[in-house]
Amino acid sequence: MSILVNKDTKIIVQGLTGKTGTFHTEQALQYYGTQMVAGVHPKKGGESWTSGVDASASLPIFATVGEAKEATGADASVIYVPPAGAGAAIIEAIDAEVPFIVCITEGIPVADMVKVKAKLEKSKSRLLGPNCPGILTPEECKIGIMPGSIFKKGSVGVVSRSGTLTYEAVFQTSNAGLGQTTAVGIGGDPVKGTEFIDVLEMFLADDETQSIIMIGEIGGAAEEEAAQFLIDEAKKGRKKPMAGFIAGRTAPKGRTMGHAGAVISGGKGGAEDKIAAMEAAGIKVSPSPAKLGETLLEVLKG
Amino acid sequence: MNIHEYQAKAVLKEYGAPVAEGVAIFSADEAEAAAKSLPGPLWVVKSQIHAGGRGKGKFKELPADAKGGVRLAFSLEDVIKNAKEMLGNTLVTAQTGDAGKVVNRLYIEDGADIERELYLSILVDRSVGRPAFVVSTEGGMDIEAVAEHTPEKIVTLPIDPETGVTEADAGNLCDALKLEGEARADAMKLFPILYKAFMEKDMSLLEINPLIVMKDGRVRVLDAKVSFDGNALFRHPEIVALRDETEEDAKEIEASKWDLAYVALDGNIGCMVNGAGLAMATMDIIKLYGKEPANFCDVGGGAGKEKVAAAFKIITADPKVEGILVNIFGGIMKCDVIAEGVLAAVTEVGLKVPLVVRLEGTNVELGKKIIAESGLNVIAADDLDDAAQKIVAAVKGAA
Repeated sequence: MSILVNKDTKIIVQGLTGKTGTFHTEQALQYYGTQMVAGVHPKKGGESWTSGVDASASLPIFATVGEAKEATGADASVIYVPPAGAGAAIIEAIDAEVPFIVCITEGIPVADMVKVKAKLEKSKSRLLGPNCPGILTPEECKIGIMPGSIFKKGSVGVVSRSGTLTYEAVFQTSNAGLGQTTAVGIGGDPVKGTEFIDVLEMFLADDETQSIIMIGEIGGAAEEEAAQFLIDEAKKGRKKPMAGFIAGRTAPKGRTMGHAGAVISGGKGGAEDKIAAMEAAGIKVSPSPAKLGETLLEVLKG
Repeated sequence: MNIHEYQAKAVLKEYGAPVAEGVAIFSADEAEAAAKSLPGPLWVVKSQIHAGGRGKGKFKELPADAKGGVRLAFSLEDVIKNAKEMLGNTLVTAQTGDAGKVVNRLYIEDGADIERELYLSILVDRSVGRPAFVVSTEGGMDIEAVAEHTPEKIVTLPIDPETGVTEADAGNLCDALKLEGEARADAMKLFPILYKAFMEKDMSLLEINPLIVMKDGRVRVLDAKVSFDGNALFRHPEIVALRDETEEDAKEIEASKWDLAYVALDGNIGCMVNGAGLAMATMDIIKLYGKEPANFCDVGGGAGKEKVAAAFKIITADPKVEGILVNIFGGIMKCDVIAEGVLAAVTEVGLKVPLVVRLEGTNVELGKKIIAESGLNVIAADDLDDAAQKIVAAVKGAA
């Protein structure tokens, strides 16, 4: 099993016709036939989109998410809309009751995400991101911008706040022969849809996921909350071998390090506290991002 | 983006918050006119720099027993004398670092008779994804110290964005701050005003420390620190106009023109990386092998050759840099684009320090080929660990 997405997931694209949307939709279609089923553009409803690398691959475009979902039976949406309109795009998908929404867009104003979050809490939709690389289940489904070539079907669940560090974890676990069940990038923004805890719960419940890599970074307290969740679950007998990493040990206080959410503010959100919390929850935290695969192998050997 | 105290107060005043009368000045010649335009007999002369702890700060150029960056003045002459002493000198506070910041602007403000000092801030509480008020009766001091020693004296109240600040919310905040009578009536009006300003202007932090109750029982915003969400500046040209570039690092200003995420640091190894997490991890691993990073630099996912070249030039222009580590895991970013960008920059500005390049991911073979055939003195690395060890060794070898 995988989590959240598999070969049956049908995906619509909000922002398909732009350069980014087009490139990544082409890539997704070439990744084990990921089911991209439609695009959405308010002014281009009724037109169609054709892949630039495979002329036989073409998708219908609808004016609204609601129409696209109705016509295709899609159960997921991926958003490549630029930041100024991305909050509204997520809300459109929530209103259309799309079960799983993945927002790749980086740079959405926090105030817009506050509005999205309030709406999300009263809905049945799950949001992944924003400012995330998406999600990938090897050999089945790729939503977002992760490079498919580094994946290998296997047993490790990967969850991360950072895109490129997700790739490191995937690459290293592929090289170590372990492979992945699903890799989930939850994103680097301070206000987001899916948190570590949500993904960890799914990995704990998934039989094929035999171990987990969790990659956090400075800012906020999501890692500490996740560690507490793991401690509570372990008491109920739910536990899997885990390795981890926290980026930003050397980051200065009060400076935003690229990701809007990666900032140590008011003396909180530093790396050492997070590492201590994760280790207390039984996660082996690697001091080096180059040794994630190695560290997990050590944990698995016991 | 940060702004000065006097600018923050002007923004809050537009929304109807009670702030003292005041005038910002840029030279000591303006001090007398500024002070005369205010009622007196008490004035406050405040250094305007983007850092806290000004009152307890010390001027580098003045004797150790000289007063700090915020001074009371009891006469016009006093205002002028203090302004002359402060302007143009370097203020070192707990937040500026040892280098301090040159005071180029002063804010001359009408003095207040303070009865009580309170703390109030608004920020987005990440754990609930909502804006939250943070208040404390312990105002006028370092809130981090209050949080550490007496956390029970800090009250956090998240606000539902769909309702805004309700009467009940405002009442709870008044209770937490022990506000009664006229002060309570003032505060009941003030909280929704501050919330409105925070939301409408896309602030990331609005901190009032202290919020004061005056001897006449009224409430006033005595100090104000405001930061804005950089991602929302596109819809606030009026806020962008308040930017004071003299407060920012020149390298960071140049980087922002290219939309690069760059933070200047104190070490000697320059880094150019794609992705914020990997960029932080690269800094961490340099430290792990015994050196310090000179910067954080995330060139992002969709950068072209020109942007990569600009980033590389900013890094090489830093005189502290004794070696450079380029670390790329190409997802969207293609390794050949990185290679061409680095090559273009080196061709233009030369390369005087060791350079280690680690490429992985999309178009990696092409990228490695471009570097190998360039004839540049580049040390190739296989993975991040290898790359960090090689650059640290190269810099130590050169020293």
